[in-house]
Amino acid sequence: MAISRDPLNLIICGVGGQGNILLSGLIGSALIKKGYQVTVGETFGAAQRGGAVFSSVRISQRRSYGPLVPEGKAHLLLGLEPLETLRILQKYGYAETVCISNTYPVFPIGVLATKEEYPDCDELKETIRSLSKVAWFLDATNIALELGAQIATNIVMVGALISSAQLPLARNDIEDEMREVFSPERMELNLKALELGFGALRSQN
Amino acid sequence: MSNIATYPDGSCVLLQGNEAIARGALEAGAQFCAAYPGTPSSEIIGTLATVAKDAGIHVEWSINEKVATEVAAAAAFAGLRSLAAMKNAGLNVTMDFLMHLNLSTIGDRGGGLVVVVCDDPQAHASGDEEDTRWAAQMADVPLLEPGSIQEAKDMTKWAFELSEELRCYCFLRSYTRLSHSRSGVTLGKIPKPEKKAMFDTSKCYTPYVAPPKHAALHEQLARVQEIFESSPFNSYTGPGQPELLIVCSGNGGPCSLDAIEALDLAESVGVLKLGTLWPFPKGLVERYLARTSKVLVVEEVDPFVETHVKETVAKPSAVSDPPEIYGKGSGHINHCGEITPDAVIKALSGIFKLRYEARDPDYAQKAQDAAKRLVIDRGMAWCPGCPHRASFFALRDAIKRDRRKAIVTSDIGCYTLDVFPYGTHQTNVLHCMGSGLGEACGFGELAQFGFEQPVIGICGDSTFFHASVPALMNAVHNKANMTVVILDNGITAMTGFQPHPGTGRTATQDAATVVDMDALCRAMGCRVEVKDPFDMKETSAALRELMRDENGVKVLILRRKCELLRMRQERTYPYKVWVDVELCKGDKCGYCYKVFQCPGISWDKESDKAQIQEAVCVGCGVCAATCPSKAIIKEEIG
Repeated sequence: MAISRDPLNLIICGVGGQGNILLSGLIGSALIKKGYQVTVGETFGAAQRGGAVFSSVRISQRRSYGPLVPEGKAHLLLGLEPLETLRILQKYGYAETVCISNTYPVFPIGVLATKEEYPDCDELKETIRSLSKVAWFLDATNIALELGAQIATNIVMVGALISSAQLPLARNDIEDEMREVFSPERMELNLKALELGFGALRSQN
Repeated sequence: MSNIATYPDGSCVLLQGNEAIARGALEAGAQFCAAYPGTPSSEIIGTLATVAKDAGIHVEWSINEKVATEVAAAAAFAGLRSLAAMKNAGLNVTMDFLMHLNLSTIGDRGGGLVVVVCDDPQAHASGDEEDTRWAAQMADVPLLEPGSIQEAKDMTKWAFELSEELRCYCFLRSYTRLSHSRSGVTLGKIPKPEKKAMFDTSKCYTPYVAPPKHAALHEQLARVQEIFESSPFNSYTGPGQPELLIVCSGNGGPCSLDAIEALDLAESVGVLKLGTLWPFPKGLVERYLARTSKVLVVEEVDPFVETHVKETVAKPSAVSDPPEIYGKGSGHINHCGEITPDAVIKALSGIFKLRYEARDPDYAQKAQDAAKRLVIDRGMAWCPGCPHRASFFALRDAIKRDRRKAIVTSDIGCYTLDVFPYGTHQTNVLHCMGSGLGEACGFGELAQFGFEQPVIGICGDSTFFHASVPALMNAVHNKANMTVVILDNGITAMTGFQPHPGTGRTATQDAATVVDMDALCRAMGCRVEVKDPFDMKETSAALRELMRDENGVKVLILRRKCELLRMRQERTYPYKVWVDVELCKGDKCGYCYKVFQCPGISWDKESDKAQIQEAVCVGCGVCAATCPSKAIIKEEIG
């Protein structure tokens, strides 16, 4: 498998605590084993306190790139939260951006405090679609909740990402990386989450 | 599971910048490493601590950066390769020691000493954007700045060799984009550290008398400069005679390469990337300056390289036809904040008069309109169940009831969030580690000038040990009238749960004597009370009582474990919490979600009732006591 562009810029965005850093690590590590040069950039100063966070993964066969993606140069976007998906598209999206987004909202503290209103979910979805070449949506949080572990939302999302065939990675590449970070007891649940995420996009095609 | 000490040499693994620095120290055979945590530096010692026992080295969380540097220097004097790490702010804490250290040298058989400072351009997690490079110039210290994560590892290793060869300590300057990024790193060999520590007592190492030692140090720096002139950490890529030369360091390097690619300027722009910044490799830079008529300097944060490039050009014999210098001085590169690829694209397209559009203008417009319509901020708030929320609500209650316009001075920790949009805004003055008590002390000494407001100085537990104890002693000694509130959550929470002297554990998880802060405060002569902040009524009453007691320094310790730490250890919720919809007055009141603002509570528009977000709530039950209608019910989970 090869990459469609060089460098290929992937952005993974979400809310602090959703597990961005874990995902970018799994993907980055798997790509290095395939011989790619990979740099992962991280914004996580506010991670524990509900802030907006994102990781960038820059993949190349030619050289090692810096961690920062230039504006309008996100080729691939994995959004763990729909408002965050739009926040990234606004700055880093362009007409060719391929987007995979969770639809389950995480309300900012300002919304909980009724100082601001969370955007209408259908409008949010339509806008994301209009700013992407292709946009796939899945309710990863509810899929994970059905497994009894909201924390596995990110693994559902990475399953969806792999099934989109936008990265030169197969499901077992990610499974190998997961074995490095999850204990055997937690592995079973996460494998299930990966499988459900993998299947979720299939049904949309 | 594999870790940074067990990855085999020759393999290429994904490492974070801070992990690469840690691996570099191991490859150099460093045997003694110390730090006080601070973003973005914490993972250096955090990583080393997890492998210390297997690697047979000493790793510690020290009480503050000054002590960390001093213990590391002592180990270096005893012949061991040693490392001290800190964030930008921490450098200031240890600067007194570091000003003196190279005047004494690190000893005739000194082990290399590397001081890693992680700057935070853009102040993602800092109060300022301090640029450590000036400190190197001020204190006569060789400074290296890696441009990639591979270099972070390789430079760390080389810095130890350099330090030993020159018998002075060296700075390694990192920055957020390096420390907190990850990249494939090819690893080297880790030697078995088996050097015995020993000090030759016939020797004395001291900066006294300074002027001759200062002169000797300058001679030493001239030798360092010679080494730097031919260092492979300075490199050039580009055409032989570039139309424009970019001179850059650190994050400026990758951003410049991205900009050249974006503008398709590879045939006219060259990049001179510098990794050895002080002493400045003037000769090398001079040679490259002579090849071009335009120079753009790209670096974070201050114009350090730019200043020295300009100085190099100004030397009469240097460059016969001096090039034009663009950068921060000319307004082409931002003076504050991080460098981004787009900042360099803007600078280059300005100089070359190129039109650059990152994306189709229609798309850009559409994206902007959508953002304006739909995108809202995501503010930071204390975690659900955080003891600080309860502490500050009790504090607010006490100040309100006291009615004398009490002033609150505070400092650095998760409690800093009080000044952010979703805090309680009780804090009036806030600066750096320990300044809460120092400033409270000053306000508390103003009575003779007619100052009548009560004074409340706040610090956390880790901050108390780090820098607050001297201020507290000063307050006692100089008879300040003040109330100190120590928010003791049992850990250094904000930087990722590092232990401190009050926790009874060391960095390597060994049991340690608990330094009893209650007894310490009493021994200083303070009146001490201890409360659980979750009992807000009691806490407020105690605080009011202490504020009314005008006999010197009073200390209220609010003790309650950080919720994230508690959850990790106990994995249970104490209460089930729900809203009694019969009693809830809905948006007519809204106290719990509009004022108390726990992320676990929201408003259901349809029913016009408050509701508990079950996926978020951690069952602390504190909100139950704040509801004016007693509509929030908490039930103990058996």
